[in-house]
Amino acid sequence: MNWIKKCLAASCALLLAAGAALPAAAGQITVNEDIAVSDGYDWTRFAGQNLTLNVYNWGLYISDGSDESVDVVSAFEELTGIRVNYTTFDSNESLYAKMKSGGASYDVIFPSEYMVGKMIAEDMLAPLDYANIPNMAAIGEEYKGWAFDPDNAYSVPYMWGTTGLIYNTTMVDEPPTDWAALWDVQYANNVLMFNNSRDAYAIAAKKLGLSLNPNSVEEVDLVMQELQDQKSVVQAYVMDEIFDKMEGGEAAMAPYYAGDALTMIADNPDLAFIHPTEGVNFFVDSMCIPATSKNKEAAEMFINYMCETSVGYANCDYIGYSTPIDAVWELLDDELKYSPIAYPGTEVMDKAEVFTTLPDEINAELDAKWSEMKSYDESGGSWMVVIFLVGAVLLSCFNIWRKVRKKVRDNY
Amino acid sequence: MLRSKASRWAAAPYLVWMVIFIVVPLFIVIGYALTNADGAFTLENLATIGRYSSVFARSLLLAAEATVICLVLAFPVGYFLSRLRANKQHIMLMLVMLPMWMNFLLRTYAWMTLLEKNGLINRLLGVFGIGPLNMINTSGAVVLGMVYNYLPYMILPLYTAMTKIDDSIIEAAQDLGCNTRRILLRVLIPLSGPGIATGITMVFVPAVSTFIISRMLGGGSNLLIGDLIELQFLGNSYNLNLGSAMSLALMVIVLLCMSFTSSFDEEEMEGVM
Amino acid sequence: MNTQHKRLLQRTYIVLIFGFMYLPIAVLIAYSFNESKSRAVFTGFTLGWYKSLLQNEMILSALATSVVLALVSSVIATVLGTLATIGINSMSRRTQLIVNNISYVPVVNPEIITGVSLMLLFVLLQRAGLGGEGGIFGWFTLLVAHITFNVPYVIFNVSPKLRQLDPSLYNAAQDLGCTPRQAFFKVILPQLTPAILSAFLICLTYSIDDFMISYFNCGTMQTLPIAIYSMTRKKVSPEINALSAIMFLIILAIILVSNALDSRTYRKNQAAIRKSMAQA
Repeated sequence: MNWIKKCLAASCALLLAAGAALPAAAGQITVNEDIAVSDGYDWTRFAGQNLTLNVYNWGLYISDGSDESVDVVSAFEELTGIRVNYTTFDSNESLYAKMKSGGASYDVIFPSEYMVGKMIAEDMLAPLDYANIPNMAAIGEEYKGWAFDPDNAYSVPYMWGTTGLIYNTTMVDEPPTDWAALWDVQYANNVLMFNNSRDAYAIAAKKLGLSLNPNSVEEVDLVMQELQDQKSVVQAYVMDEIFDKMEGGEAAMAPYYAGDALTMIADNPDLAFIHPTEGVNFFVDSMCIPATSKNKEAAEMFINYMCETSVGYANCDYIGYSTPIDAVWELLDDELKYSPIAYPGTEVMDKAEVFTTLPDEINAELDAKWSEMKSYDESGGSWMVVIFLVGAVLLSCFNIWRKVRKKVRDNY
Repeated sequence: MLRSKASRWAAAPYLVWMVIFIVVPLFIVIGYALTNADGAFTLENLATIGRYSSVFARSLLLAAEATVICLVLAFPVGYFLSRLRANKQHIMLMLVMLPMWMNFLLRTYAWMTLLEKNGLINRLLGVFGIGPLNMINTSGAVVLGMVYNYLPYMILPLYTAMTKIDDSIIEAAQDLGCNTRRILLRVLIPLSGPGIATGITMVFVPAVSTFIISRMLGGGSNLLIGDLIELQFLGNSYNLNLGSAMSLALMVIVLLCMSFTSSFDEEEMEGVM
Repeated sequence: MNTQHKRLLQRTYIVLIFGFMYLPIAVLIAYSFNESKSRAVFTGFTLGWYKSLLQNEMILSALATSVVLALVSSVIATVLGTLATIGINSMSRRTQLIVNNISYVPVVNPEIITGVSLMLLFVLLQRAGLGGEGGIFGWFTLLVAHITFNVPYVIFNVSPKLRQLDPSLYNAAQDLGCTPRQAFFKVILPQLTPAILSAFLICLTYSIDDFMISYFNCGTMQTLPIAIYSMTRKKVSPEINALSAIMFLIILAIILVSNALDSRTYRKNQAAIRKSMAQA
């Protein structure tokens, strides 16, 4: 593993050294040895204003300086003089809950496509001023103008990717090929599962040959029943805890995002990744600005910065997700550039499906059923509640009766 | 003393604070529990809780298990500590409290390292040819986490109650021909009643409402009431009204538990004094 | 079974229980020196995790937030609570009972309910337009939440001491020409100081340690426990073990120092008593 990182670092240094030697570097402001940004943009207009940007991103979704990677956030602070308060969430739904219930003073958030659609519908996002985001031009055309935000009025693509199945080659008899393997009793207690409703739903739906965007409440119930049946096989429902568990050989297989799978495989070569035959989810995560942001222009500067080639390269190189910026892809080293995991061929992409924003009614059913599925217990035991309540009421009645009796006795 | 009318005004800022930040929020919870998203009155939220009765059952069961285990483990410790010489008692008490001061997230995290499939305990067992056992992500692990985190809350009140028991009472019982079992049942347990009652509440209430322990050691499939509430407020199923109804139900459970232990408490206090 | 066997049994039991309580912490600390990131194998000794912890900006800023928050909220809670104790003390029995019972609510209620109920209050306030565009959640809500769960501890710490005070002292001070205000500041307050100080310390520790209530009311802020929580939810780095080790050492040091101070004042007092007895 280490040698890969070292090679990467070396090739990166070489590239940058080559870049520095080129005359093109004249159009660049060099922040540090890894980050250089275009100088046609006024980066310092907020310097000295003691501004703080609240950035809310997925966990492990940026090059943050750990493992000798580039710290792109602190480079931004250095470049612009804006302080960044960087915090993380672990699913679109918890991002939504946090925003909706009022912890909404974020300036930049990173929702996935269906959540962008939902937030636009609920007026939670601010329209972007592309005069402040010239780097939007660098984003590949195929990632722009999707149905959730047809004119990209609210969102700038950050990364894209697919879901898939990651498994430990030493713990399975034969490599799995489809989602159904996650229901195989042979791997009981050795399977991890997504801990968010939409991603988990997508897997069960694909297994049943349905669309991952349900059309009716009945469809939701059917698919959720499938997830409930899976419960006895599942060891744990996880999000980013999956890194430690899969790398440490705690479980045989788990569904997760392709980019993260690359990171895990780099850390533990026993792991492998496939795109299941039933079809996968193709997602685009975007950068958006909440309608409540007080620093919209600075937030747009941050988004523009994230689309800089050197920044995009640092992020891609570290997190392994697939970039929508062609110039960044060009820079990647061949191993990642032609990785079938990060940039799958047409046979996978033809069967991949994108999440759409669900109608409220279906969404509510999905959320409710998800809670119910998670709380389902085969052993039953609901009678416990009744017994407890009856017992407690009896006890307090008994106590009151005793006190009254004592009072009556004391009166004599 | 100090009973002037003027000094009553000193409490005014707190009283205002108390009403706004203690009383009003509780009524808001009740209000949310009895309305739907549009603000109209409904009992639907309370009815929906019935669907999650298995979670309530699991929470009650696991918390009760943890409380009983804590009580059994802590009783001898409280007794031994209370019989030590004063200066030794002081040191031992510090030792009991020290882990409590560590952040409980870190303490729970420590058990993750130990209980994993490739964790330390399984490695140790492997040396003897046992295992690997399935320990993490089970309900047993959740109970263990509760016992570990809340054991000091049981030891301390038991110890306090038992320091009040004079050695001579135990000696008198011995002289009157009581064997160890009878001393325990007839003397020690009744006399440490208030400590037992306090200990039970101090362990049961946080155990029944936790969501960290179940999330870190239970693998997200052993949901407790706390998880369910968190899920409605900041998690996957955003629904403040349902979450409030669940909080209300949790409050009722805690109140019932408290009313039971507190009545027990008062009575035994009278007995001791 | 003779007494010696009993003794041995007792000792073994105590050792086992303490082993149960301390072993996980010991393991946690041991792995902070582990060279590899893995939680399973020990590959070599290093202090690197401590170094990277001290350079981890997220942790450091969370620590700063926690410390400032704890200090500010404890100071306000102590002042508010002490004033409240004095006020409550001069109320009628009935009102006292009501106020005390309500103050008990944050103490006995599960933390999650205190957190959630405050969150709902703030949500409503925010909808009413308080806090402006950026929303109300953040520094303000955290501070309010911490003060709210801290004040009761101050009241329940100080009020027993206030009741134990000799009322004739206050009257004597007034007879000797003090105004009520002077009598309070010169006679009552100095006697309450130890109780107020210990209440302040209790508030500090509760505030620094609180996760549940802060979690629901933090907005974009991150206190140390919240930062730890978000660390355990990701790929875990041994920095977290290093953090545990440092915290454990700090707590140990505080306890040892306070213990030493206690026993010193105790010995001093004893010496003074002996001296005065000798003189008499």
